[in-house]
Amino acid sequence: MAEKFDVIVVGAGMAGNAAAYTLAKGGLKVLQIERGETPGSKNVQGAILYSDAIEKIIPDFRDDAPLERHLIEQRVWVLDDSSYVGTHYRSEDFNKPPYNRYTIIRAHFDQWFNKKAREAGALTICETTVTELLLDGKKVVGVMTDRKGGEIYADAVILADGVNSRLATKAGFHPEIKPKDVALAVKEIHFLPQETIEARFNIGEEEGVVIEMAGTISDGMMGTAFLYTNKESITLGIGCMLSDFKKQKTTPYELLDKMKQHPSIAPLIEGGEMKEYAAHLIPEGGYNAVPQVYGDGWLIAGDAGMFVNGIHREGSNLAMTTGMLAAQTLVELKQAGKAFTAPNLAQYKAKLDDSFVMKDLKKYRRMPDIFHKNKQFFTTYPELISKAAQKLIRVDGVDKKTKEKEIKQSFVASRSVFGLIGDAFRFWRAME
Amino acid sequence: MHSVVCIKQVPDSAQIRVHPVTNTIMRQGVPAIINPYDLFALEEALRLKDKFGGTVTVVTMGPPMAEAALRKCLSYGADDAILVSDRAFAGSDTLATSYALATTIQKIMGNMPVDLIFTGKQTIDGDTAQVGPGIAKRLDYQLLTYVSKIVDLDLEKKEITVERRAEGGVQLLKTATPCLITMLEGTNEMRFGDLDDLFRAARYDLKVWNREAAGIDDAEMIGLKGSPTVVSKVFAPRPRSQRAEMVETVDNDPKNLAVTLLAKVFTQHPKLEKEIAKRAG
Ligand SMILES: Cc1cc2nc3c(=O)[nH]c(=O)nc-3n(C[C@H](O)[C@H](O)[C@H](O)COP(=O)(O)OP(=O)(O)OC[C@H]3O[C@@H](n4cnc5c(N)ncnc54)[C@H](O)[C@@H]3O)c2cc1C
Ligand SMILES: Cc1cc2nc3c(=O)[nH]c(=O)nc-3n(C[C@H](O)[C@H](O)[C@H](O)COP(=O)(O)OP(=O)(O)OC[C@H]3O[C@@H](n4cnc5c(N)ncnc54)[C@H](O)[C@@H]3O)c2cc1C
Repeated sequence: MAEKFDVIVVGAGMAGNAAAYTLAKGGLKVLQIERGETPGSKNVQGAILYSDAIEKIIPDFRDDAPLERHLIEQRVWVLDDSSYVGTHYRSEDFNKPPYNRYTIIRAHFDQWFNKKAREAGALTICETTVTELLLDGKKVVGVMTDRKGGEIYADAVILADGVNSRLATKAGFHPEIKPKDVALAVKEIHFLPQETIEARFNIGEEEGVVIEMAGTISDGMMGTAFLYTNKESITLGIGCMLSDFKKQKTTPYELLDKMKQHPSIAPLIEGGEMKEYAAHLIPEGGYNAVPQVYGDGWLIAGDAGMFVNGIHREGSNLAMTTGMLAAQTLVELKQAGKAFTAPNLAQYKAKLDDSFVMKDLKKYRRMPDIFHKNKQFFTTYPELISKAAQKLIRVDGVDKKTKEKEIKQSFVASRSVFGLIGDAFRFWRAME
Repeated sequence: MHSVVCIKQVPDSAQIRVHPVTNTIMRQGVPAIINPYDLFALEEALRLKDKFGGTVTVVTMGPPMAEAALRKCLSYGADDAILVSDRAFAGSDTLATSYALATTIQKIMGNMPVDLIFTGKQTIDGDTAQVGPGIAKRLDYQLLTYVSKIVDLDLEKKEITVERRAEGGVQLLKTATPCLITMLEGTNEMRFGDLDDLFRAARYDLKVWNREAAGIDDAEMIGLKGSPTVVSKVFAPRPRSQRAEMVETVDNDPKNLAVTLLAKVFTQHPKLEKEIAKRAG
């Protein structure tokens, strides 16, 4: 193909669309290549959209973006096999526009986002897979696709191809992703009439609820689960580290099946019609696993660069922000008449370090390691907490002081005093 | 040579949901696709273009969102695409749809003569298989339905020979062009377009024709007014109760099993045994 572009963006997910939109708005000639049938057709997310990141790119996104419900209530549950202990936070403040968080369906949202990019001037082609990067020495000069006439040239390529970016590995930019750095998540969408959902969760027409969960439902593995309300459906899913799945030999769908039967969860989805099942990796290696993200003629954004904050379940906002920053770097260089060389593209890293993306990842950099080494957070503690709650609540003639003593003893018996102090210290260090 | 291919954008029936309470069909949010049967028609037209050169024009009558379906056809290699779209078409049945499409095709012929018109066998939503024949009748063209193979096309003599799947066998038919072909499914496989086609499709300035542009003067012939058929209700069939039965084998003998099974089938369908016996003479 003779036509040359300023920039090729690989992928039309959150990072790719943010990048293509920003580049096109900045006046660059952009080609975006997506392997799915449509943008978003292959993408998996819970999915919660954080307004802040998209607002920075498309300030009036609320006018026409396909949004399901704005969230007014957050539940955090610690589960053992028969119970949950949780906090629910619901506030009228979340009911005042502009809303802060929404549930979305990625297949719809990505198509909308991509349409914005195309309207801004980006050219998007779908059902086309980039098979490798074209290199001139160490410089990326274009991409090879699986279509006839497959080579396309550009001055820079943004890799927004999602978790497990084969292209970067193939080009030798970073090593293969490690099982301990990715979670494998499965999710299902269960359709229910809108009125049923609203009655079950005690919410109004546009309002939504989030339940974040952890505990024995992950079967001793490092992982979390979630349940989100959409307009006419409920999404629920569970994810655990790939390395743990490998060790444990549990299959993800067994976990999800068990989760759906949990007495606290089953009634919420009862009567629903399961219509969609998806499995996807989530890069959760955190700060220490972020690879080199730029070089001569290339930049990496989104999941491909490990930009996910697993503790807070944020990924799409980091993807959008990194996509935007990568694009801004290129637009600024182009305007200044500078080439897309590695030293010039180092500005991208500087922008990242200066943003919430790297600051948050840095803050939680010890988290993945601690959870890997201390599975008691997923096994012993949920049970202890549940039993303690039950002991306190059940009225059975035992005096409260004795109850408290028994609870204390149960914790010491399971973890020892040193264990408890150690766990608390580790947790505090990780959050610091 | 010039082929016109009629395609329809339909909801992906694999993803349609049935409302659990009212049993009505819920179309909201269901992705739209090109009617799968129409792809066989398009691919056949593209193959003729590969062989004889010329132009393939795709036409659809539908809402503005049907543009996506047309762009996809362009990415496969179609040369031109026309979206016939007007509120006046809303509620059209097969009579009105075939009228609108036939008139549109006449308009197209005004710019460039047409040798062949292709449609799919039927749609997966309306399912009537009437639109193709309706167009042929209105244009007074020969009609070849359920075509499984184009055996020969002689542009000089204006003759076409095709194989047509009929009950009990295959017919070899020859007729004059221009004619209308409804293509049978499974007869070819849609190609993977090359990069140039993809780029062209993404950038193509699609033609959108409203009622007047399509040359339809008489508004009484289209839309609800031109549609004697009214779909009064659409609902899902009640799922049939399914039953499984374990059949024991005797001595692990497959023949034995077959006989047992047949005996069971014959007791449930008494006429069948006689009929088979009769046919076997
Ligand atoms: C179960 C689950 C729940 C989640 N929940 C949330 C949540 O609630 N909130 C949140 O913010 N984040 C959540 N995340 C994370 C979030 O989904 C990701 O961080 C986000 O999708 C990353 O966007 P991306 O653009 O980097 O990658 P993706 O969205 O994965 O997009 C990558 C795109 O590149 C395409 N592609 C890949 N390779 C090629 C190739 N070679 N050629 C052409 N195209 C290619 C893919 O088809 C895809 O469209 C969740 C993730 C999972 C799996
Ligand atoms: C849910 C639903 C509600 C409906 N409601 C009404 C109603 O209220 N009143 C009413 O009169 N009709 C109604 N219809 C019928 C509808 O208008 C028909 O679908 C339409 O007339 C085409 O008929 P068909 O889909 O059976 O096509 P078929 O005859 O099965 O199609 C054969 C071929 O013709 C071509 N073709 C068909 N339609 C088009 C098109 N629009 N553009 C280009 N090519 C085409 C394609 O190549 C197709 O393969 C309804 C249909 C549905 C699914």
